[in-house]
Amino acid sequence: MMGWNRLRWFFPMLILAGAILVFVLRSTMNDYVLSIVCFTGINIILAVSLNVTNGFTGLFSLGHPAFMAVGGYVAAILTFPVARKAMLLPALPAWLAAQQWSLLPALILGGLGATFAAFRVGFSVLRLKGHYLAVATLGFLIILQVLITNLESYTRGPLGLNGLPMLTNLWWVYVWAVITIYVCWKVKHSSLGRSMLAIRENEIAAECLGIPLARTRIMSFALGAFFAGVAGGLWAHLVTAITPTTFSVIMAFNLVVMVVVGGSGSITGAAFAAVMLTVVVEVLRPLEESLEAYGISEVIVAIGLLLILLYRPQGLFGSQEPAFVVRQRQRVSGEVGRASSYQNGKGGGIKSIF
Amino acid sequence: MGGYIAQQLVNGLILGSMYALVAIGFTMIYGIIRLINFAHGDIVMIGAFVTLGLVISGKIPFPVIMILVFIAGALMGILIERAAFRPMRGAPQVTGFITSLAIAILLQNLGILLLTAQPRNFFCPDYLQTIFNFGPVSLRAIDFSIVVIAVVLMVFLVLLVRFTRLGMAMRATAENLNVARLMGININRTIMLAFAIGSGLAGVAGMMWGGKYGQIDPLLGFVPGLKAFVAAVIGGIGSIPGAMLGGYLLGFGEVLFVGLLPPIYSSYRDAFVFTTLILILLVLPTGLLGRKTEE
Amino acid sequence: MLEVRDSHAYIGQTYVLKGVSLEVRHGEIVALIGANGAGKTTTLSTISGLTRSRRGKILFRTDPDGTQRDITRAPAEEIVGMGISHCPEGRQVFSDLSVWENLLIGAYLRKDKQAIQSDLRWVCELFPILGDRRRQSAGSLSGGEQMMLAIGRALMSRPRLLLLDEPSLGLAPILVEVIFEMLEQINAQGTTILLVEQNARMALELAQRAYVMETGRVTLSGTGRELAENEEVRKAYLGAT
Repeated sequence: MMGWNRLRWFFPMLILAGAILVFVLRSTMNDYVLSIVCFTGINIILAVSLNVTNGFTGLFSLGHPAFMAVGGYVAAILTFPVARKAMLLPALPAWLAAQQWSLLPALILGGLGATFAAFRVGFSVLRLKGHYLAVATLGFLIILQVLITNLESYTRGPLGLNGLPMLTNLWWVYVWAVITIYVCWKVKHSSLGRSMLAIRENEIAAECLGIPLARTRIMSFALGAFFAGVAGGLWAHLVTAITPTTFSVIMAFNLVVMVVVGGSGSITGAAFAAVMLTVVVEVLRPLEESLEAYGISEVIVAIGLLLILLYRPQGLFGSQEPAFVVRQRQRVSGEVGRASSYQNGKGGGIKSIF
Repeated sequence: MGGYIAQQLVNGLILGSMYALVAIGFTMIYGIIRLINFAHGDIVMIGAFVTLGLVISGKIPFPVIMILVFIAGALMGILIERAAFRPMRGAPQVTGFITSLAIAILLQNLGILLLTAQPRNFFCPDYLQTIFNFGPVSLRAIDFSIVVIAVVLMVFLVLLVRFTRLGMAMRATAENLNVARLMGININRTIMLAFAIGSGLAGVAGMMWGGKYGQIDPLLGFVPGLKAFVAAVIGGIGSIPGAMLGGYLLGFGEVLFVGLLPPIYSSYRDAFVFTTLILILLVLPTGLLGRKTEE
Repeated sequence: MLEVRDSHAYIGQTYVLKGVSLEVRHGEIVALIGANGAGKTTTLSTISGLTRSRRGKILFRTDPDGTQRDITRAPAEEIVGMGISHCPEGRQVFSDLSVWENLLIGAYLRKDKQAIQSDLRWVCELFPILGDRRRQSAGSLSGGEQMMLAIGRALMSRPRLLLLDEPSLGLAPILVEVIFEMLEQINAQGTTILLVEQNARMALELAQRAYVMETGRVTLSGTGRELAENEEVRKAYLGAT
């Protein structure tokens, strides 16, 4: 029963430790450092949620920034002070112009907006496979950018919305990161999660086992999109501005890098890679500016990714969770653990059943 | 109105010529190793900058520059294949795709790093700027050369692929790598050749792009590259005639979309292109001239 | 002519050949029979260089009095040039290419234009239908015609040794007989043949010698007749009760 007790305490302890860290950081660090930590947290949300789509189910999506954009714009329009709305967005419908929400409902509605978009898009696009899906989601990202640029009465077009209230702080980011990780963790260790992994490993076999392909795919797409939408809202209220070009192909690329580097399917891996990548980019940014060597951080990230793909294509953590996180779990759910694919080294669960 | 439409059609022909040249590379590379090479568009950018460098550096005649740009593009393609794609051969499809995306980002940002993101003016000799009027249609010499050169290059390519030993080897390799090896075909060399030809053509397209639009920057290749990919998909990816057809169709489609609809829609141009892509992928995944193959 | 010594090979992660040894002498037809998954096809692809063996040796001698060459590590595209031609399982003609191009590509490494022309005539005498359909795309041929084309294509490299994988696969019995007659004729004209076959009865009739493979190993060998009369072979592969 030791394992059981340790499990019950492990996550709450971790969460508490994180909360203490947040508290300490907030009382000792300056705004610059805090904003970097916030970006790190937002990237964790993005990477972990993209991991549900790309990693668990193997749906290679480049559309994550598009869902961020949906969530970000929805949240931004909702929280925008009425006075500024009248000035910047005079063409807004009256009922919308009168709204001024607080952050939480705005974030959730942004997330739901992104989820809705994911359902609409996923319904048709998810029939595609492999790199065709990637290209189609990239197309979706570009289409969405064009739409946002042209919906001037809501978005102010290419100028974007600026002067948003700075509502996001480290607490918000922290809580949402914890929620994201918790939900994704639960999903991964549920029957839905195992269905997703089964689809990734072998679609036909999964279908033969009675897993509803279309529904599982769209669930994983929509789940990823929800958190992307929330992250978009957090992002907008941290930067206090939002423009269509923020949600770029480069961003899609960076998110994919996080999933690949961390190991497709590994939540710990995605979170770890998100931290690493953000820190690398943030450390390089001052260097970039002082040397006027713009582009160097992207070059380094791209080369890093190429090296990982060459020498460690399964990513840092494969599709497993590392032992120090998962040992406690195995004692409790050992049976489930053995039967599911993520624990058996190569992640070839379904194949090995047959 | 008729004159306006004629002018638009000519513009479509010019744009389509460039798309077609780039799409050929996509389709050749995909045809042989089933890789969507996202870095292909950035070869266009490299071609444009190499042209600019050569134009600035001296009095090299334009036709020679074109040959040099083709060679530069080809070498770049070979380098990318050697350094990145060959070591990953046999990896899952998506890995190749991510690799190509990484190379695209790498090339763009190396461009920014070395050349700055500032757009530069592209020089063309005066004789290429001469304007000819054919009734209501006015054309610069450069526009005219773009179309002619593109068509000549494509005819060459078709002849090469259809009627030479090398072309036969390429077609065989595209259909079945292993059996091609059993025939004694060195597939590494064939793949390299596909990259070289495709990238060389993309380089020449970059030269045309610069000449046509007058300004170049390190990011210029990405979106046209994506659109050329769309063209390749429309024509049926893997089919060279398909890529040509797709390139021209997309060129016409895009120009007419902008030219014939009320101006308010013209900023939706890219959305139009990519919606077409998604529709084609969903409805007609083998494109117009593509072969039905199992994935 | 060909000697495979203790060859071990993997397909992906699967250990398929667990020490295969066999020999083919000049002028012979040798059959390799066995159940599905025994490693027959892998044996052929190891010889032709498509699959690398992890251990063991493959030695080849073009002529009875020529020098023996170690071809274990040689890539497939070079092995063809040495005189081993592999006609793969399931025909696998290039369906986008015309019949004629398929034959020409069989002679890809050869430079002797005149001899190629005479070999084309020879193949068209063996399989007249190929001459008739030379302009058609190979994909439009029927299964039997494709098999003939695949054999013809393999012959166009003027092999000393022809590796033939399942020529009877999916063909009507009458066609199988035609093909086997052709093989006899090809052999009589000086091409050694190593034949992998599911149709053990016909293979053993045709072959001077044969090997039986089971789960990655050679378990029996002998002359075609000996094996055809062997009790175990009769039970397992010839349907005798």
